[in-house]
Amino acid sequence: MPGLAGRMSTVIKAKISKLLDRAEDPGESLDYGYQKQVELLQNVKKGVADVVTSKKRLQMQSQKYEQQVVKLDTQARQALSQGREDLARAALERKTVIQGELQSLDTQVKELESQQEQLTENEKKLRSKVEAFRTKKEVIKAQYSAAEAQVQISEAAHGVGEQMADVGLAIQRAEDKTEQMRARAGAVEELEAAGTFEDITQLGEGQDDIDRELAQLGAGAQVDDELAKMKAEVGGGGGDAPALGEGGGKEGPQT
Amino acid sequence: MIVRIAGEGQFQVPDEDGERLNQLDNRAVSAVEAGDETGFHELWTQMLELVTTDGNALPDDELVESDVILPPRDISFEEARGEFTGEGLIPDE
Repeated sequence: MPGLAGRMSTVIKAKISKLLDRAEDPGESLDYGYQKQVELLQNVKKGVADVVTSKKRLQMQSQKYEQQVVKLDTQARQALSQGREDLARAALERKTVIQGELQSLDTQVKELESQQEQLTENEKKLRSKVEAFRTKKEVIKAQYSAAEAQVQISEAAHGVGEQMADVGLAIQRAEDKTEQMRARAGAVEELEAAGTFEDITQLGEGQDDIDRELAQLGAGAQVDDELAKMKAEVGGGGGDAPALGEGGGKEGPQT
Repeated sequence: MIVRIAGEGQFQVPDEDGERLNQLDNRAVSAVEAGDETGFHELWTQMLELVTTDGNALPDDELVESDVILPPRDISFEEARGEFTGEGLIPDE
């Protein structure tokens, strides 16, 4: 459309055309062109598989966090029943952080799911086009001279090429997104490794780096609420709960 | 004319929509340049709607080049801005 000078579309069109020019002209030799298309189709399948792998990783991470939440909750109860409100608070603070991460993981998994769907749909379109190209090339080979075939095949090849460039762009965006998610997940794992998510009861009186970091995250109000609720439960249910602040209870943690 | 929405596919859109699409496109670019994120998303949605409601999806095995290619539906404002400041969806080389 020569009259269409809108930049949003012209910029992207120019760029896709550039991608096309960079690739070898699939119309150059009919059979070679087709072979090239089939190869690229394989790459697209790999791209889809990569997204699925990333999604699975996130889902596993999410399960791990869910277990962590349960564990921290139990630890908070244990700490409370031993009169260690400070430890209970620390555990609940951690729990709040992990819950936040869980939520964001869920969002990311959903995002990847829709990307997976879109890529699969794209791959299907590309496969149809490659198949149509294969049929067309046979017809052209049978009916036209080499020179005529060149002209005939050029548009068909561009039709396939554009679809390929489009799928390529979609895969690149999906990869960028999963890369960002991976970086974020890595950062949380580091926090986890540096701290004492493993066993909160080993924590002494003094605050460690993680505690200070957590305190800064402003989980305060939610933790206060939860702590109050838990105190009511633990206090009401046990009856023999030790006095707060008195480290009298030396027995092992009850479960 | 044939319009492709990147990541979605091609549509056969009536030629007379070209002018309207062009206007929306130009206004979307102005919005990006003005840093007007809300305005950009509104115009962008209108462009997509014009194409998908007025246009007919082309069969998957149709082998034609598009006259117009629109960026992906979920383009972010940052990405759109990037398009016009060098580092776009497909980086210049």
